[in-house]
Amino acid sequence: MHTVTGLVGFARALRHSGMACGPTRVQAFLAAVEQVGFDRDAVYWAGRLTLCSDPDDLPRYDAAFESWFGNAESSGEPVGRPLPRPAQIAALTGADGGPDEGEADRPLAAAASDAEVLRRRDLSELGVPEREHLRRMLAVLRPEPPSRPALRRRGSKRGALSSRATLREMLRSGGEPVRLRRQRRSRRPRRVVLLVDVSGSMSAYADALLRFAHVVVRRAPVSTEVFTLGTRMTRVSRQLRQRDPEAALLAASRAVPDFSGGTRLGETLRVFLDRWGQRGVARGAVVVLFSDGWERGDATELADQMRRLRRLARAVIWANPHAGHDGYQPVQSGIVAAMPHVDRMVAGHSLRSLEDVWSWVRRLSQPGAGGAKCEI
Amino acid sequence: MAVDDAFDLNSPAEVAKALDDTGYLPDDGIATAAFLAMRMRRPLLCEGEPGTGKTALAQALATALGVDLIRLQCHEGIDAAQALYDWDFPRQLLHLRTLEAAAGGELDAESAESSLYTRRFLLARPLLRALQESPCVLLVDEIDRADDEFEAFLLEVLSEYAVTIPEFGVVSAAQPPIVVLTSNRTREVHDALKRRCLYHWLEHPDLEREVAILRRRLPGLDERLAEQVAATVQRMRQMDLLKPPGVAEALDWAQALQALGQDELDTETAATTLGAVLKYREDAERVRAAGVLTAER
Repeated sequence: MHTVTGLVGFARALRHSGMACGPTRVQAFLAAVEQVGFDRDAVYWAGRLTLCSDPDDLPRYDAAFESWFGNAESSGEPVGRPLPRPAQIAALTGADGGPDEGEADRPLAAAASDAEVLRRRDLSELGVPEREHLRRMLAVLRPEPPSRPALRRRGSKRGALSSRATLREMLRSGGEPVRLRRQRRSRRPRRVVLLVDVSGSMSAYADALLRFAHVVVRRAPVSTEVFTLGTRMTRVSRQLRQRDPEAALLAASRAVPDFSGGTRLGETLRVFLDRWGQRGVARGAVVVLFSDGWERGDATELADQMRRLRRLARAVIWANPHAGHDGYQPVQSGIVAAMPHVDRMVAGHSLRSLEDVWSWVRRLSQPGAGGAKCEI
Repeated sequence: MAVDDAFDLNSPAEVAKALDDTGYLPDDGIATAAFLAMRMRRPLLCEGEPGTGKTALAQALATALGVDLIRLQCHEGIDAAQALYDWDFPRQLLHLRTLEAAAGGELDAESAESSLYTRRFLLARPLLRALQESPCVLLVDEIDRADDEFEAFLLEVLSEYAVTIPEFGVVSAAQPPIVVLTSNRTREVHDALKRRCLYHWLEHPDLEREVAILRRRLPGLDERLAEQVAATVQRMRQMDLLKPPGVAEALDWAQALQALGQDELDTETAATTLGAVLKYREDAERVRAAGVLTAER
């Protein structure tokens, strides 16, 4: 009995460290230990095979195992409960309740034009109440996920003959091909990869961009991937899949260790391509890179990696906040190096321009589109 | 415990021994994973770098246990008809015409239809075959390439080890097959499936084990050559390559060198046979520039 408590305690400690090991996993863990015995190595493997579910879990598992089973005396250690996640539901529109109740009596038209102005404002110049408003506007944004033709066929009025459906139809009439059933290609979501530069020079935009990413991920959780780039690369897709935007943003920012750090775009892009992109995340996807192109590292590395990315991806869109400003010239070393390998350079500084980015994502995900040289 | 009866392996060490006999050298993790998959009747989800022996594990398990390996290769757009079962339409149609001719135009639609949906016209695809022919090892290869709807469908089959064919009835496995799923992480496998599976992350083998694997898989391979190949491949893996070589590439390379009659890895032969181990021009250039091929000779 004591050992079981110890094992369950270990599983709880793991959960505390952020791993998702629910009761079914813990049960499996106990069952596994029963099979292999209580030998230290056996318990290690039993736990690793049943409680982990991701390579990222492994270092955490190893550390927790070490601290839990490392010294035999530590089993009396108090085990905290996992903190309940605050159930915040962000107000979606300002109409009922919410901080700007005072505005409710203003004419609707004025509010609408305010919203329109806000949509065009540079995200970095917003004050606190404006940011609050922007959050709500982002939360109601419903970007339509892009799609592509699929391999599979579905019944349709026009298209190729479907032998299966026609035969079924024939059976009903005792073998006469009375009605021909047809089928055509169905559609599948096109994968979208958002790479968000969270280095110091982009810090004014990072929050809004991650919120935008959250909205996109929520619309198409399976076909969207989000990574942050800075001094290192972090995958935040998982964190952003939570429904509540505040909780999602909090989880994402916890996961990112290098907010407002330097930029080594080329290197982090290489890490992304090595670990994820090449394996298939970027393959055939529309990739949007949100960055100002301030590259501290070697620009040739960035050019190399952009070339590689372009070869893998369906289309590469560079959303550059500075491109939305008057008189902008693409002179930063990073931009100059990357330009030849980008399908489209767009601004990404306001809500309006984010919608614009999205319309490009949809357009470039169609067969036959893309490949056009970029213009500003 | 039907599983115990069929596969009389009572500890991870015995599993390791059985795999070893087939030429697959498992480490503790792999042996424990395979043992638990058999004992707990859970699918085993293997992830890891390409070339670490995920697929080979399933093959070795089948050989070690003396059962068939049934393989389902996943791809985008794979559906139940390709994975589970399908009806043989052309033969059904012929059958229908024959019935019609025999009955002289007086065909009872109901009995005609029921005669069409019998085992005769059922084409068993890998999943159904695995249920019918169990005990066996079912390899669901590269699950990450399938769509997530397919994953959900698979989950259902794997949790019941039974399928319902509407026109036919329930087919269930007398004894659950041993299921090995592999993923290259091009897409994250759904949590629901992961929860159902044991999870094992395979690493590249260390130098000693890789030498042993090379020697085991290529009988007659010179020991010194095996060591040199393994050491060089290990050093390549430490470099930032687009595609670090896996065990399969190390084997290819050793085989290529063996075929050339080499008993030692010299710079010249290494350079000419580099294509067996590195699959990108950039990687080959980087390795040459770093002098990996020339050092330690």
